[in-house]
Amino acid sequence: MVVLATAKTFTLDGISARPVRVEVDVHRGLPGFAIVGLADIAVREARERVRAALVNCGFEFPLQRIVVNLAPASLRKAGPGMDLAIAAALLAASDQIEWERLSRVALAGELALDGSTRPIPGALAIAEAAREGGAEAIVLPAENGSEAALVTGIEVVGLDALGRLPALVAGEWRPERPEPLPLRLDAPGGAPDLADLRGQPHLRHALEVAAAGGHSLLMIGPPGAGKSLAASRLPSILPPLAPGEALEVARIASACGRLGAVAPGGRPFRAPHHTISPAGLVGGGSPPRAGEATLAHRGVLFLDELCEFRRDALEALRAPLEAGEVSIARAAGGLTLPCRLMLVAASNPCPCGRGEADPDCTCAPVAVRRYQGRLSGALADRVDILAAIRQPSAEEIGGAPGEPSEEVRRRVTVARERQEARLGPGRCNAEMAPAEARECTLRPEAAALLAELYSRRRLSGRAHDRALRLAQTLADLEGAEAIGQEQMAQALQLRRRDRD
Amino acid sequence: MTEPRACPECLRRSWLLALLGPYLERKATGSVGSRSPELLRLSNEDLVEATAPKVAAQLLGRVEALPESHLARELELGGCWACCRHGELYPAALRDAADAPWALIGRGDPGLLDGIEPFGAVTIVGSRRATSYGREVGRELGRELASAGMVVVSGLAFGIDACAHRGALDAGGRTIAVLGCGPDVAYPAAHRSLWRRISETGLVISEFPPGAAPWRWTFPARNRIMAALAGMTVVVEAAARSGSLITADLAADLGRDLGAVPGPITSRASAGPNNLLAGGACVIRDAQDVLDAMLGAGVREIERSGPELDPTLAAVLAAVEAGEGTCDGVAAALGLTGPDAAAALARLELLGYVTCSTMGTHTRTLLGARP
Repeated sequence: MVVLATAKTFTLDGISARPVRVEVDVHRGLPGFAIVGLADIAVREARERVRAALVNCGFEFPLQRIVVNLAPASLRKAGPGMDLAIAAALLAASDQIEWERLSRVALAGELALDGSTRPIPGALAIAEAAREGGAEAIVLPAENGSEAALVTGIEVVGLDALGRLPALVAGEWRPERPEPLPLRLDAPGGAPDLADLRGQPHLRHALEVAAAGGHSLLMIGPPGAGKSLAASRLPSILPPLAPGEALEVARIASACGRLGAVAPGGRPFRAPHHTISPAGLVGGGSPPRAGEATLAHRGVLFLDELCEFRRDALEALRAPLEAGEVSIARAAGGLTLPCRLMLVAASNPCPCGRGEADPDCTCAPVAVRRYQGRLSGALADRVDILAAIRQPSAEEIGGAPGEPSEEVRRRVTVARERQEARLGPGRCNAEMAPAEARECTLRPEAAALLAELYSRRRLSGRAHDRALRLAQTLADLEGAEAIGQEQMAQALQLRRRDRD
Repeated sequence: MTEPRACPECLRRSWLLALLGPYLERKATGSVGSRSPELLRLSNEDLVEATAPKVAAQLLGRVEALPESHLARELELGGCWACCRHGELYPAALRDAADAPWALIGRGDPGLLDGIEPFGAVTIVGSRRATSYGREVGRELGRELASAGMVVVSGLAFGIDACAHRGALDAGGRTIAVLGCGPDVAYPAAHRSLWRRISETGLVISEFPPGAAPWRWTFPARNRIMAALAGMTVVVEAAARSGSLITADLAADLGRDLGAVPGPITSRASAGPNNLLAGGACVIRDAQDVLDAMLGAGVREIERSGPELDPTLAAVLAAVEAGEGTCDGVAAALGLTGPDAAAALARLELLGYVTCSTMGTHTRTLLGARP
């Protein structure tokens, strides 16, 4: 009688999967079922789920002493995704199935009490990790099959119930490889379109420039002027994802349990509420989880009511924006999550929203100063474009729809291609280092314009480079080889103003 | 140049005032501090008797006992100098007031007081709770008056005061900040960098010794110095009951000119100057009005020729003047594309016709002639 069986499974650590080896030992003694190996509560509760699932599928639950060890013992294991592996190893250890491939197959999935399988988060990352770990096949809940099928070079089995395991083992049941999940590179039809933004030519232009150069954008204007509407249209004018990027986005969405019906494809758009905690925004907690910044990877992070966000949350976002990744350090080990995103923020001009110029504004000057002070602190350094917007007039709102996203995206994509040709694949103007920015070609008139403003000490060195980056994006949109005077002037208007 | 010098007796008065801070505070509360300049006419003995009778002898004794070397060291530690009413540097204009300070403690360039005449200085005061209109006007007045060679006097407070100082500094001109605390105390603290700039390139003065804290009564007290120092006091914005109006009253009592910047009659922030105008104050629309009122019409002209503008820029400027602050507003009003409107606004900003706030909205500056 076999007393020991092992199976491969995985636990999620952030957005990547770590291999876990399940060892099940069944021997004589007082009947019992113990799970050891730094398991969290969800893993320890697998005892009850596995016991019920086995019995309800017609298997026998051995009335012996059962010890499940999850190795490596130093790795913290979380989540219910180990149920399937524990059940399979237990069946093997108690001689109910004879599966010589068990040690070469990875298993992951949650079990219901009736023995059916339930989907788990992170199936994509788990399938990838299984392939990297040299597994021949991966057995997952049927619902996760299409997600895991995105990973080539490994056999994917979608199992709908534990009861079919003997058939699978015996080779009587050979399920087909599930259809891989279609990964959309651009936003699906019916997604918000920029045509809904009527009038407001400057705001449209600012959005286009932001999209073309990957520049961060801050919109300031009264409530209802269209800030949120404009921001939500931004993903639709961004260039389509590269296939590799789409896989990254899918991996993150999968690990956070958001793949499938929730994510319509294309670039993500995340708009967290302003009461969000620092850990919610950049990731963290115990065990560490991905935050909104990571969920917005390769997409747009929209911070509406920027001044209302907690200061510590915005401060926490600063370094990740700079580095393009979030590093979470814990005593038990670090975690690095990607967050290359486009930041878009919106704010009212004063606490009441009307703006100081409006005679109806009821805000005390001190309150306005404090409110605007928040804009200059924390995150504002990371903002390239400042667009002041106003309530559109009745004619504008009732007017013809604006240019559709499709047209704008075509121009944006061409501009991005020019940037990639100059800077290297995947890079955009917003990421230009100061040295690169100063290598931009300027026409003499444009250089004179910039030099004039700079020499009048109206520009800091940083603002000088920011203006150059913006002007370069404008030139790329125009298809110009060198930055012209007109583009420089526009860039100087679009740039965020430093406080004097 | 005249070296700043002060006799110890006058300096001891400053130290006495600092000691009397809390006592005068108690006397002055209730009636918005307007009583304190009156009290300051009194001699040391009477002043102490009137405000702190129980500890009069003790306070006077303490001040009398201050050795001259201690006063000098305190001034040096604060980076300050002093001049007194018996010295040459002491502005003649201050002697007009019966309650003139005995000594002035200064930080910065004493040359600004050297030969200062009432018709060479303008005091700009106004609300701390100023609107963007008031701030813009205050800054432009400061800038133009300073570039016309006038000394701009104000009180370093929030709102109009700070804008007037900043305008004068923008123009590279001369400005004096009169404080209600020691001249080495940056009050309000938010204006520390402005205070530092003024004490480096201009002058900060006060009748209080280094390190003295501000009290409510010290603000009307410093207002009397501001009013006396300049030939004209201009109120930019003030509510109906505002400390700036105390300065205006004090200036009128001294026979100084009084000017006020008109504002919307619906604006509470302009109620004070509008009332002054109704009472016969000079209408101040720009710095030229100030110069004309002080020196006589046409005696000194302000250079205000802006560069020529092409028709598009002129149209955009007109739209900004009409109140379109945003790029979208300008584009919609003139039928321009977004990029064209942005470029035009950037050019106008470069030429100095418009400014852009940190919130991204554009306003017309007062500088420069019409195209």
